[in-house]
Amino acid sequence: MAAGEYNDAGEYIAHHLVNLTYGRLQEGAERCYGGGVVETTHWTFAGCAAEAEAMGFMAFHVDSLVWAVGLGLITMGLLFTAARKASPVAPGRFQCFIEMIVDFVGNTTKEVFHGRVQPIAPIALTIFTWVFMMNLMKLVPVDLIPYPLELMGVEYQKMAPTTDPNVTLGMAFFVLLMVIYYSIKVKGWGFLKELSFTPFNTWVLIPVNLLLEIIGLLSKPISLGLRLFGNMFAGEVIFLLIAALFGAGLFFLPLAAGLQVLWAIFHILVIVLQAFIFMVLTIVYLSMAHEDH
Amino acid sequence: MNFNLTFIGQMIAFAVFVWFCIKFVWPPLMNAIEERQKTITEGLAAADRAGRDLELAQEKATKTLREARKEAAGIIESANKRGAQIIDEAKESARAEAERIKVAAHAEIDQDVERAREKLRSQVAVLALAGAEKVLESSVDANTHKAMIDKLAANL
Repeated sequence: MAAGEYNDAGEYIAHHLVNLTYGRLQEGAERCYGGGVVETTHWTFAGCAAEAEAMGFMAFHVDSLVWAVGLGLITMGLLFTAARKASPVAPGRFQCFIEMIVDFVGNTTKEVFHGRVQPIAPIALTIFTWVFMMNLMKLVPVDLIPYPLELMGVEYQKMAPTTDPNVTLGMAFFVLLMVIYYSIKVKGWGFLKELSFTPFNTWVLIPVNLLLEIIGLLSKPISLGLRLFGNMFAGEVIFLLIAALFGAGLFFLPLAAGLQVLWAIFHILVIVLQAFIFMVLTIVYLSMAHEDH
Repeated sequence: MNFNLTFIGQMIAFAVFVWFCIKFVWPPLMNAIEERQKTITEGLAAADRAGRDLELAQEKATKTLREARKEAAGIIESANKRGAQIIDEAKESARAEAERIKVAAHAEIDQDVERAREKLRSQVAVLALAGAEKVLESSVDANTHKAMIDKLAANL
């Protein structure tokens, strides 16, 4: 499909919701636009949504990963710059700004977790700053960077990594791994006992307890990841709808512009709030892992 | 929106960033913040202390000044008293000296008068005798009339 040619708004939006996918295309899979079938299994960029789907699990969303890692590097770079310049003398503006965020995260952690903040607070800081940066990409107009890239031959591009469930769930499940790690580290065998004997404290009901507790354990990261993804994805769709409205004719231009501004301003709140919620829930889960029942 | 290896990739990236943050970002920032907090708290306490010290010093200075003034007033008063006393003493001694000199002068004058009178008395007899001799032309026996002349001289 040539750049910028869409039959209707639905197609436009659908196109913008496809990630740039690099993956293993299986032998026998249908090619796009009636291009026959794949003869040998090989790794390639997906030409369309159907191909990306055909790749299954063995594929990467290159745009999500590049933006996520890039933004993570920028975030860590900024934090590291501040950390290296950190000194007890009067700080500059940049230093103050970073320290304000760090202090805010530290205080939030202290409010929830009444122990040594050292491992939890930096984790929370990473989450808050990084998720915020990834969410922030949503405020960039939807076609500002993807369109030039499309002209250069990169068919798909989604800038905000948090609109990709792989990214949000990836982070959420890493949080689960940390929860399990700290549970075992703090409680040892007590963790297994906790899984086996709550909520019913008898030998007979161990399987039931295990089932309930494991579902409970898994539901945390799933809800954590899907909450962020849902909010960001829904916001993205609205942005795309407004962007589609821009193309609907001169008459709709002021309306679209007004909506764009309104939604963007509203989203400034949403992106900070979602980053904050992700952080606070992580702190809560990790502090629960540290506490005995 | 397919579920794929991006999930794993994101987990790895997250793990690396978390590790980096725990290792290199959090400790120096937290140290700096805490150290600065300590410095500021100490500075404020020091300023507080200095203010109190100043107040105390001012109070002390005022007190010292007041005492000094009081002392000076006392010294002046006693000096005045002493001066008056010295003047009184001087007057008194002067008056006594004057009295003494006057008495001495009187005594001297009395003595002189007495002496002159004595001298006169001693010469009266001779003069009277000489006069009488001249009058009587040596008819008078000096020894005979000496007692009478002496009686006369004693009455002078």
